[in-house]
Amino acid sequence: MIELHNLEKSFGDHHVLKDVSANFERGKVNFVIGRSGSGKSVMTKCTVGLIEPDSGFVLFDGRDFTSMSQKDRRGIRQEIGMLFQGSALFDSMTVLKNVEFPLLMLSHMSEMERRNRAMACLERVELGDASTRFPSECSGGMQKRIGIARAIAMNPKYLFCDEPNSGLDPQTAIVIDNLISDITSEYQITTVVVSHDMNSVMEASDTIHFVHQGSICWHGNREGLLDGGVRELEDFVFASDLMRKIRSTI
Amino acid sequence: MRWMYHIGRYMRLLIRSFRKPEKLSVFKDLLLMELESIGLQSLGIVALLSIFMGAVICLQTAHQIGGWIPIYTIGFTVRQTMILEFSPTLIPVILAGKVGSNIASQIGTMRVTEQIDALDIMGVNSAGYLILPKVVAGVFIVPFLVVFSMVLGVGAGAWIGVATGLSPLADFEYGMQVDFRVFDVVYALTKTIVFGFILTSVSAYHGYFVEGGALEVGKSSTKAVVWSVVIIMVSNLVLTQMLLN
Repeated sequence: MIELHNLEKSFGDHHVLKDVSANFERGKVNFVIGRSGSGKSVMTKCTVGLIEPDSGFVLFDGRDFTSMSQKDRRGIRQEIGMLFQGSALFDSMTVLKNVEFPLLMLSHMSEMERRNRAMACLERVELGDASTRFPSECSGGMQKRIGIARAIAMNPKYLFCDEPNSGLDPQTAIVIDNLISDITSEYQITTVVVSHDMNSVMEASDTIHFVHQGSICWHGNREGLLDGGVRELEDFVFASDLMRKIRSTI
Repeated sequence: MRWMYHIGRYMRLLIRSFRKPEKLSVFKDLLLMELESIGLQSLGIVALLSIFMGAVICLQTAHQIGGWIPIYTIGFTVRQTMILEFSPTLIPVILAGKVGSNIASQIGTMRVTEQIDALDIMGVNSAGYLILPKVVAGVFIVPFLVVFSMVLGVGAGAWIGVATGLSPLADFEYGMQVDFRVFDVVYALTKTIVFGFILTSVSAYHGYFVEGGALEVGKSSTKAVVWSVVIIMVSNLVLTQMLLN
């Protein structure tokens, strides 16, 4: 479980996070949704330590990540997998080397063990036959799946996905959503997905946190999402004509 | 006061870069790649510049001497110019353009495509992984390139002197040996080690802290070259004053 307690973050005069508290549960896909610029990416970066919060703290299974030394943080980071918006694959390495990379740097596995583990992860995302390609030779959807394979290579306890479906067609997006969902329940990972894609939210979310102007102003599940109740949430969820039509049918 | 912020951030980056690598075997592989990238791939440009500069210095010196100034002055001048200034200073300046912009754009692209964030999230020391091999390779290989440049420059000077009939080989050889001090080479190589460090670390700094997209990566690459050259020039003055007085 990941707990956020009273996170605050400002950039100059711009108050980006305002007293953000949230719990992300183990074995569930926890969505963080909100409009662009609402502070959800900053919240994620504060959670994983890429940005230092001004105040507040983050607990990873009760361990206070915020007040840890960099050395201790590295230990927890080895339990974190992250899928980036642009996949962030290393251009100079083949797909297999990308997936092997965290194992090479952070484990004591032999070369054969590393290769077997990396191939198993690639096969889990159905990309076993792409291992010798370079990232530039792969489609956007394939790159996302390679990113997932790399993120799960170290058997992470926590998985963060930043806009996993951005730039993907709806069918490929569903493949990615299902993969994240399956992996989460299969390995009992605490998964946090940052997204503003309502299709993904309806497809894969177990819990949802809605961020508006730097605060979490609603949390619940997808059934509760359609019930609305908070004006900002309704404006966000029912922004599209399709969602309004869905609402009118229920 | 902005420059103090940059110096502080640069120092902090260096401290992070010089932490013990996670895996020595990975570090060795990266170091070999950087030695090839900074060293072997720069041999052509270093050779080209050194040959032409050695030859031109020979011709210019021959043009200016006459009367009571002995012919061996040509060999002496070519040697001193190549050893004291051209090879140890101008070759690192050229490398700042070639290698420095490459380092800044490579690391900068990794920053804007979140590859550096990916390293950090994994628990890998991104500064150590990306910067340390480049700095060590620069400090190690640039002196070799400079010695290579000295040899080629002096050789080219001798060749053009003989080929044009401006200086017999015996006079050139004598000039090369007159008043030769080993300390001059030590001074040159000391400067070179410092310049190798500057051109790699300053370029890496500019790439590592890029914010934005492709446009900013391009700008960081330009800044890396400009600041590397400026710092090399200032260091050249300081080191020369310190070592020769």
